[in-house]
Amino acid sequence: MKRIIFLIYICLFIFNWGKAWSLIEVDITRGNLNPLPLAVSPLSVDQNSKEKFKDLLKLEDIGTEISKVVENNLRQSGLFNPLDPKAFLQKPDIAHVKPRFEDWALIKAQALITGEVKIVDEKLRVEFRLWDVLAGKEIMALAFTTVSENWRRVGHIITDKVYQRLTGEKGYFDTRIIYVAEEGLKTSRIKKLAIMDQDGFNTKYLTLGNELVLTPRFNPTNQMVTYLSYFKNLPRVYLLDIETGIQEVVGDFPGMTFAPRFSPDGKKIIMSFAKDGNSDIYTMDLESREVEKITNHPSIDTSPSYSPDGKYICFNSDRSGYQQIYVMRSDGSKVKRISFGNGLYGTPVWSPRGDLIAFTKLHKGKFYIGVMRTDGTGERLLTENYYQEAPSWSPNGRVLIFYRETKSDSAGKGFSAKLWSIDLTGYNERMVKTETDASDPSWSSLLTD
Amino acid sequence: MSLNKIFRNTLLVFFASILLSACAVKTTGKMQGDVYTGKDTVEYLASGVPDRVFFATNETVLTTASRETLRKQASWLRKNSKINVVLEGHADERGTREYNLALGERRANAAKDYLMTYGISGNRISVISYGKERPVDSGSNPLAWSKNRRSVTVKAN
Repeated sequence: MKRIIFLIYICLFIFNWGKAWSLIEVDITRGNLNPLPLAVSPLSVDQNSKEKFKDLLKLEDIGTEISKVVENNLRQSGLFNPLDPKAFLQKPDIAHVKPRFEDWALIKAQALITGEVKIVDEKLRVEFRLWDVLAGKEIMALAFTTVSENWRRVGHIITDKVYQRLTGEKGYFDTRIIYVAEEGLKTSRIKKLAIMDQDGFNTKYLTLGNELVLTPRFNPTNQMVTYLSYFKNLPRVYLLDIETGIQEVVGDFPGMTFAPRFSPDGKKIIMSFAKDGNSDIYTMDLESREVEKITNHPSIDTSPSYSPDGKYICFNSDRSGYQQIYVMRSDGSKVKRISFGNGLYGTPVWSPRGDLIAFTKLHKGKFYIGVMRTDGTGERLLTENYYQEAPSWSPNGRVLIFYRETKSDSAGKGFSAKLWSIDLTGYNERMVKTETDASDPSWSSLLTD
Repeated sequence: MSLNKIFRNTLLVFFASILLSACAVKTTGKMQGDVYTGKDTVEYLASGVPDRVFFATNETVLTTASRETLRKQASWLRKNSKINVVLEGHADERGTREYNLALGERRANAAKDYLMTYGISGNRISVISYGKERPVDSGSNPLAWSKNRRSVTVKAN
């Protein structure tokens, strides 16, 4: 896939950025049962720009389309309730300059997003404002320019800015998901690497499905992916450069390597290597190619994940007799079991905020996605189902994406694999739209920060 | 070893076997405990030489029946010394993907070790794990899962 060079010029006025104390504030630490009602006014477009965008992008009205992206993002977050545009009384161009707050208050909007799109030097230039309707003032204004094919990303960036201004935390909308697209019979499933925007658009397939591929994960800059491929029937960890499409095998191991992830600085890959019935955790430095053995135990050690500061590793081991979660220093010392609840624990993954570990738990025939503190205390199960596993964190550590499979009969009827997301609060569980069946999702970091 | 010790060990084994037969191993149709004992999915490397062995949930221990199957495979491999094999280890769908890859590898290696103790050179055996990726039975029920927890010996040439 060709990586789009993204130019963002945060050029214009940044009024009151971070300074304005408004009345509206969204609490994201609790399950939000009363999402904030707000209005996303369609962005206004002058006639000339409208025609040009129509030629370029085949979109009837780019202003409306971008506002739909924003509206959908905000709704999916579960924290906001975008109001129906049919109820809007003010025209987009006038609202953007001088909103009549009484009109917006009348439809119960507490915040208002307005904006303007135009074409400048063959590029898309957008300007948007966030208004506090009750206080009757502007609380944020931003403008930027990009290539017009990036129009959906414009919507995502606007959402990130609004989310950050209203919740006090960074957003997660201008991001991508890499996952495994699945097709065919359960007994001979065809699997491809796929990448899409966080909202399910712009899906691209990175492999053809000739060989089985599993567990893709981004590097910190989102340009590389590490994953497991059964190329030539030799299951090995691979590295893929998304921009060039070049793939290479990681290391020269005389057996299966699997469960790869990048270190937080992107310089190493950590993974399992299985030999003679024993799986241990290894790292390989991508520059020096130096391989280091991190665990040395006759049990299965797998699913390693670094803490964001790179000092610790959580992993999955059955050294106690059953699958449990362990934490150790990144050199392999000071191994400590942290999961002690009933059942089996797997797929630990360290939160980008550093304070929590998400996991899969199997107990009495049910699968759970949960979180615990890094010392194992404070276990909270967020969702229960017949089968689900492999959580991956949104870059702000507020949302988890994972996959879920349904039951099937012996002919495979009834089977499906889908991506789902849930808030850390345990609320706002949603299916994430994908073109095909899907599994093994991994969330990128913010593309523009 | 002193007589006394032998006596004690025999007693221990005796009690252990009583205990085992009392608590576990309920045979229901095609399963013993939760190990598959049927023939539905079994193929044959040669007449009377089944190609696969089955495992209990989360286990890599070879059952008595599995060991018998592997001894048959070993004797067939001794007679056909030009044939190499791949042992394909599998897990059922009731586990996390990454752990199941390791589990499948461990199961195939349990079978490999047994073949090697019966005189088959490790050079003739390679091992691959498919984890839960290649079930033989798509069903979401204990019988289907028991068929899928397996190590299959496949001719490599």
